[in-house]
Amino acid sequence: MRRSADDRVFRITTGMFAAIVLLLVIGIGFELWRQSMLSIDKFGFRFWTGRVWDPVSGEFGALPFIWGTLYSSFLALLLSTPIALGIAIYISELSPGMLRQPLAYLTELLAAIPSIVYGLWGVFVLTPIVRKLELLLPESLRRTPFFSGPPLGVGMGMAAIILSIMVIPFTSSVAREILKNVPIAQREAAYALGATRWEAIKVAIGFGKTGIIGAIMLGLGRALGETMAVTMVIGNNPQISPSLYAPQYTMAAVIANEFTEAADDLYLHALIEIGLLLFIITIFVNFISRFFIWTTKQRMERPA
Amino acid sequence: MSKAWRRKIISAIAEGFCAIAVLLALIPLAMILFYVVKQGFTSLNWAFFTQMPKPVGEAGGGMANAIVGTLILIAIAALLAVPIGCICGIHLAEYPTSKFSSIVRFAADVLNGVPSIVVGMFAYIIAVLPVKRFSAFAGGLALAVLMLPTVVRTTEELLRLVPAGLREGALALGATRTSAVFTVIVPAALPGILTGVLVALARVAGETAPLLFTAFGNRFWSISLRQPIASLTQQVYLYANSAYDDWHRQAWAGAFLLVMIILTLSIIARLSVRRLERMNRP
Amino acid sequence: MLTAIDMERFNAALAPSAAALESMNAKISVRDFDFFYGSAKVLHGITLDIPDRQVTALIGPSGCGKSTFIRSINRMNDIIPNARAKGTISIDGRAIYSSDTDVVSLRRRVGMVFQRSNPFPKSIYDNIAYGLRIGGMRNRRELNNVVERSLIRAALWDEVKDRLNESAFALSGGQQQRLCIARALAVDPEVLLMDEPASALDPIATTKIEELIWDLKVNYTIVIVTHNMQQAARVSDRTAFFMLGRLVEYADTKTIFMNPKEKMTEDYVTGRFG
Ligand SMILES: Nc1ncnc2c1ncn2[C@@H]1O[C@H](COP(=O)(O)OP(=O)(O)OP(=O)(O)O)[C@@H](O)[C@H]1O
Ligand SMILES: [Mg+2]
Repeated sequence: MRRSADDRVFRITTGMFAAIVLLLVIGIGFELWRQSMLSIDKFGFRFWTGRVWDPVSGEFGALPFIWGTLYSSFLALLLSTPIALGIAIYISELSPGMLRQPLAYLTELLAAIPSIVYGLWGVFVLTPIVRKLELLLPESLRRTPFFSGPPLGVGMGMAAIILSIMVIPFTSSVAREILKNVPIAQREAAYALGATRWEAIKVAIGFGKTGIIGAIMLGLGRALGETMAVTMVIGNNPQISPSLYAPQYTMAAVIANEFTEAADDLYLHALIEIGLLLFIITIFVNFISRFFIWTTKQRMERPA
Repeated sequence: MSKAWRRKIISAIAEGFCAIAVLLALIPLAMILFYVVKQGFTSLNWAFFTQMPKPVGEAGGGMANAIVGTLILIAIAALLAVPIGCICGIHLAEYPTSKFSSIVRFAADVLNGVPSIVVGMFAYIIAVLPVKRFSAFAGGLALAVLMLPTVVRTTEELLRLVPAGLREGALALGATRTSAVFTVIVPAALPGILTGVLVALARVAGETAPLLFTAFGNRFWSISLRQPIASLTQQVYLYANSAYDDWHRQAWAGAFLLVMIILTLSIIARLSVRRLERMNRP
Repeated sequence: MLTAIDMERFNAALAPSAAALESMNAKISVRDFDFFYGSAKVLHGITLDIPDRQVTALIGPSGCGKSTFIRSINRMNDIIPNARAKGTISIDGRAIYSSDTDVVSLRRRVGMVFQRSNPFPKSIYDNIAYGLRIGGMRNRRELNNVVERSLIRAALWDEVKDRLNESAFALSGGQQQRLCIARALAVDPEVLLMDEPASALDPIATTKIEELIWDLKVNYTIVIVTHNMQQAARVSDRTAFFMLGRLVEYADTKTIFMNPKEKMTEDYVTGRFG
């Protein structure tokens, strides 16, 4: 209907503030790109496939960091997904009503603990424990490429454990919300056909499947960009290895460690290019995740 | 064994696994809290709050400058992010279905997912590179960008909880949209918005990565916005990586302080949101 | 379908002398008024005159458009996206849907009370003073006077005079609704629109509101929507019966209830459907 002048002024003024958020996202992408031009121009695609990272000779290849980021995130999801989904199912479907709120709150508390505290705990408490476990591993397994190398405690496996703990709350809270919103009728239909409780839960999971994949990807987005805790426990050694015992490196960690040491512009631009890639990957992952969650919610709002 | 029996047993096993998953997540939580309290609380002393860090390798000293530094950093972040974020949230709540709103909402979600270290790089590029100096301002800016999406979305959500009747009541008395929003709707949601802001502040108070090359850290006392400044998180990082027992002890003390701040704020927030929900029920 | 002119004749024929007399001092005149939510037409060619300083009741089955109509009189429907009005409504001869109408000052002249009481989360005092303050009044003494006067008019003063600074939420449901009436009165409107003001209240609180309406009509033109036939019969001078977005019959309340011209009206007021 007709809009008054006040309404227009209000809309435009508040809209300008809202536009800041939009401009920030565009601005981050643009500035990262602008400040990595030197490296983009010089190395082109070779930057992503090169394995040598040598600031002294001005040779920059980021593959070991990309490997480290992807591999650690993959391992973390492997650990966190069953646990996070188990938590979501337990809280939304199985737990006594009285426990529901406190359990939800406690598991989400994991998300509130600062990354640096995870790192501190990882270094001083978890590393010795993991090292003992590594020593206990049977010799036959130690000969496979996944566990080769000396058991140091720090390394890829340790990073994956810390990361998985850190992403659990993100995945479980979204998955829980999705399960909560699955229409009761879905479950009733399953029970009416004589399903067991678990079979009815499986029907609910099937109904919210896309959204649950979205929840897992949300966790992935977190894992990819996680910095401090990983930097403190992964060993910071740029090598590409499938071994969980091997000290490796991630994109975020190399930025954290070397950014203030970057003496020349090329070095700086190379590091910023890594940041740019991290930015693009996380936007992509988050986009897909939001999209999945959104379509699922959309579907559940319509009466089934 | 009959088929029905097998199905029941599978169901029971699966349900058992879910319960174990909860325990698996609670164990690290309990362990972290236990160690932070055990190592941190016993390491707290008066000097920790009042003294400056000692030179490398010397025992004693405290984190006075880092505590003040963290406060200054989050104050800058709040000053930048709260007005922008709240007004942006108001816009989203007032025009929930417009195309522009859904783009902004999406941008806020994207921003929320950008790794904090990348945001730190951005702050470095726009606030450190041009003046060639690390500064408290650059650190505060990075934290502001990080808390902005939370402020935006909490404001929007809480404003939408305000009953539509209040808006109609104000408009029917001849309020313009602007005055209805600022004199009735926002005040009604204000307690909730404030706690949302507190939670966002608590979150960024725990950030380290984006400060590494913006605020940079400072061994000395500084409260200038244009100079590098110390922060609790960075000091914990520095001390954790050192080889000295006394510094490890102080790192735990710093972690304890951080966790206490964050837990307190999040519990306050939880209680007041519950109160708000009660109030808005008819 | 009836044209506007037919409709007027029709109305005139219903209650000749009274209607003719009242249309002369009509406060609100509505002519050929249509209303749309998106493409759905929910009001069809409404034409009627609402007399000054009397109580006019709108009755009709649920969904017939009573709320839509009453909210059109202070242009409250403007805030609904895609809503559209056609035809004219004039107050004191000035068309309120013309492009030079200031909606804000219109709403100050035409107050409204809602079905669900909606006090602001502020003190009792601040609720009443709200309309004046956004109008720019700052003088504390004047504010005090208006707050007191409005609360007295809304028959609430004795109950709250000692706790003006307490939250409005501390009042009972009936008191909250009278607070909303007082709040509307404080800006000194000429017309008071009430959309089922008592439907959420218990019988005693309802009686209080009804007595209040009776007192207020000395100074205000009142339009009230109600589902309660007895209430319409008790408080109103004129009654309009709506059905499916059309005005079926409009006459003296007594006529509508005792001697309606239309079969549909008779069926509705005697409770045979609706
Ligand atoms: N915001 C809206 N958008 C679309 N349609 C609406 C809207 N509000 C009301 N309607 C429709 O307009 C018609 C008239 O509704 P209105 O609320 O005016 O009826 P009413 O007579 O007040 O009913 P009740 O006695 O139940 O309050 C109904 O069919 C309703 O569904
Ligand atoms: Mg109605």
